[in-house]
Amino acid sequence: MDFELSDEQNLLKDSVERFVKDNYSAEARAKLADTELGFSRDHWKQMAELGWLGLPFSEDVGGFGGTAIETAIMMESMGRGLVLEPFLTTVILCGGLIAEAGNEAQVEAIIPEVIEGKMMLAFAYAEAQSRFDLNDVETSAAKSGDGYVLNGHKAVVYHGTTADKIIVSARTSGGSRDEAGISLFIVDNNTAGLTRRDYRTIDGQRAADIMLKNVKVGADALLGEEGKAYPVIEKVVDRTISALCAEAVGAMQAANHITNEYMKERKQFGIPIGKFQVLQHRMVDMYMEAEQSKSMSDMVAMKLEMDDETEKRKAVAAAKAQVGKAAKFIGQQSIQLHGGMGMTDEYSIGHYFKRLTTIEMLFGNTDHHFKKYAALTS
Amino acid sequence: MDLSFSKEDLAFRDEVREFLATSLPADVKDRCDRGLHPTKEGQVRWQKILNEKGWMAPNWPKEYGGTGWTITQKYIAAHEFGHASAPIALPFGVSMVGPVIYTFGNQEQKDYYLPRILNSDDWWCQGYSEPGSGSDLASLQTKAVRDGDHYIVNGQKIWTSFAHLADMIFCLVRTDSSAKQQEGISFLLIDMKTPGITVKPIIGLDMEHSLNEVFFEDVRVPVKNRIGEENKGWTYAKFLLGNERTGIARIARSKRQVERLKEIAKAERSGGRPLAEDSDFSNKLSRIEVDLMALEYTELRYLSMIASGKQLSAEPSLLKIKGSEIQQRLTELLVESLGMYGVPYEPERSYAGRNEAPVGPDYAHGPMAEHLYLRAATIYGGSNEIQRNIISKMVLGL
Repeated sequence: MDFELSDEQNLLKDSVERFVKDNYSAEARAKLADTELGFSRDHWKQMAELGWLGLPFSEDVGGFGGTAIETAIMMESMGRGLVLEPFLTTVILCGGLIAEAGNEAQVEAIIPEVIEGKMMLAFAYAEAQSRFDLNDVETSAAKSGDGYVLNGHKAVVYHGTTADKIIVSARTSGGSRDEAGISLFIVDNNTAGLTRRDYRTIDGQRAADIMLKNVKVGADALLGEEGKAYPVIEKVVDRTISALCAEAVGAMQAANHITNEYMKERKQFGIPIGKFQVLQHRMVDMYMEAEQSKSMSDMVAMKLEMDDETEKRKAVAAAKAQVGKAAKFIGQQSIQLHGGMGMTDEYSIGHYFKRLTTIEMLFGNTDHHFKKYAALTS
Repeated sequence: MDLSFSKEDLAFRDEVREFLATSLPADVKDRCDRGLHPTKEGQVRWQKILNEKGWMAPNWPKEYGGTGWTITQKYIAAHEFGHASAPIALPFGVSMVGPVIYTFGNQEQKDYYLPRILNSDDWWCQGYSEPGSGSDLASLQTKAVRDGDHYIVNGQKIWTSFAHLADMIFCLVRTDSSAKQQEGISFLLIDMKTPGITVKPIIGLDMEHSLNEVFFEDVRVPVKNRIGEENKGWTYAKFLLGNERTGIARIARSKRQVERLKEIAKAERSGGRPLAEDSDFSNKLSRIEVDLMALEYTELRYLSMIASGKQLSAEPSLLKIKGSEIQQRLTELLVESLGMYGVPYEPERSYAGRNEAPVGPDYAHGPMAEHLYLRAATIYGGSNEIQRNIISKMVLGL
């Protein structure tokens, strides 16, 4: 049992931290978030050159064979700088789906392109009625000749705005909440019948609602076995949640650091507000929540590399529940302890609050994961 | 980073399980599982079994009788002990004064006291708090005045757990009243049979006798019973408190409490269904379980840092705060789970000579006693508010 990083892992951590330091000052990030794209293609190219985009893929497709632990190390450092590039969506989530379920042709066509930074992906899984349930899919895929015809409305597809290809979950059989009968399709973002409504999210990122009206795809668009996508989605989303927890830990630590420093500088009644015990104890509670979250984030990344499936699923639900609870608490209290300054768009703390608020909700909010944990342990 | 157990670790786990299954006396296990105070006889009997096995002091250096276990082995042992409701050794000897003696004591003190602690020959208690010195411990007033080879001790200690059963007390006393508060304190080991010591019971909220007042009236203590230097006692006291903070997280015990809650929730009914299926109940339990899991991995993470040679600051205070809060939430939920049978309560001594079990289901005997007693968990060992002050100063620099 060991929580320490290896030399290679420390190098990876240093390298991401350097990238964040060089590129993600509060001002630079604010500027970038306000561009039309919402992130930087130059950064994406750099990430490809540094090998980060190939991190989780196996060596035989040109990746580095990194585990959930290396992913967590990267995400934690990225979280500290609120990095905007769609690493989580393209590499961990969608890359994960292709690597997990794709046939040889699909993997060879897509993964090397992702690794080189030439292709971006998005995953359209949520629907208006599905809330956080990955099995709740009404979008339909009807067999038609050799291929399929897709119809439906996908909600809040992160980076659906810029992705070259969208992975769509659609029902090929069964009732709208059945786990069986869900299939995945790889759809070009400019396919006929696909329309989008693009928008910004509160965390400075981009997303889209995607409408599919008689979208025709070939048999080669099917990702994995027909009707058997649910376990794949669940597995890859679990890995994505682990990565997201690590990002949250980085963001929480940064928010705490910024707030802690502010408490030393800001004076009221002639002394730094950090001298007031009521504020000290609040800050300690924020520190403790971040520490507990860091432990859970490390734990879940390590558990994902072990064999016991039930243990993995319990670990993911527990980690996301803890991180979600902490993200809300730290985000909100950071604003409170900053007073009026925390209310401004200009000052960085509000941006941490907004990303943490988003993370709490993404892939199931705190209540969702407490319920899931209870169901897994009863 | 790696959470897996090696083959050796798994073999060790089997050894611990086997030992507990064959060596833990049923009566000792039953009291521990219910959350009742140990009897002195039962506790000593169990500790002697532990010592015979060589497992009395897992955290001591090997040269003084420690086990030499790795972090993983300590974790495994703690987990198995908690799961089996095997009492941990009483902290006052092995966890508190023992490390002070082997770190700051002289050779004679080490040779005499350490084996006696390991073999439970002395039952120790802790003479820290005074009527006017609780959280502000350094303001303590009990005086020790030098008289040749002796100190003459006068004063009063309070909230002294198990002083009425104790053979020895380790005491903070003031040896220099002119110095700054922290600089005039010495650390003495005092035989409880010394003339001039009086122990008066304090009956607790749980209506049991575990707390005491200890009075010192011209008590003659040999100078050779002083640990380290005169007036340097505060350093040793702080060292001890730092050690104390990790132990009182009681994580393995809390994991067992979760199991008990689940057992009880299967038997109890709510709305005609098992309590376990009540969504409010299961929501509360899940939230405690997740906090506990986070605490467990936080402790492991800190142990891992220590093992790799990193210096911790006041991080263990987090373990104390979160651990004690979780203990309280668990006993609160245990009492809640009993419904109406949470209320009947009689102190144990009232059963002496009665041939009758407490009213209600068997599992209802224990939770309220522990719930009441553990209100102290957020007070003792440095209150949780003091722990927050410590983190604020030491870790956050506020």
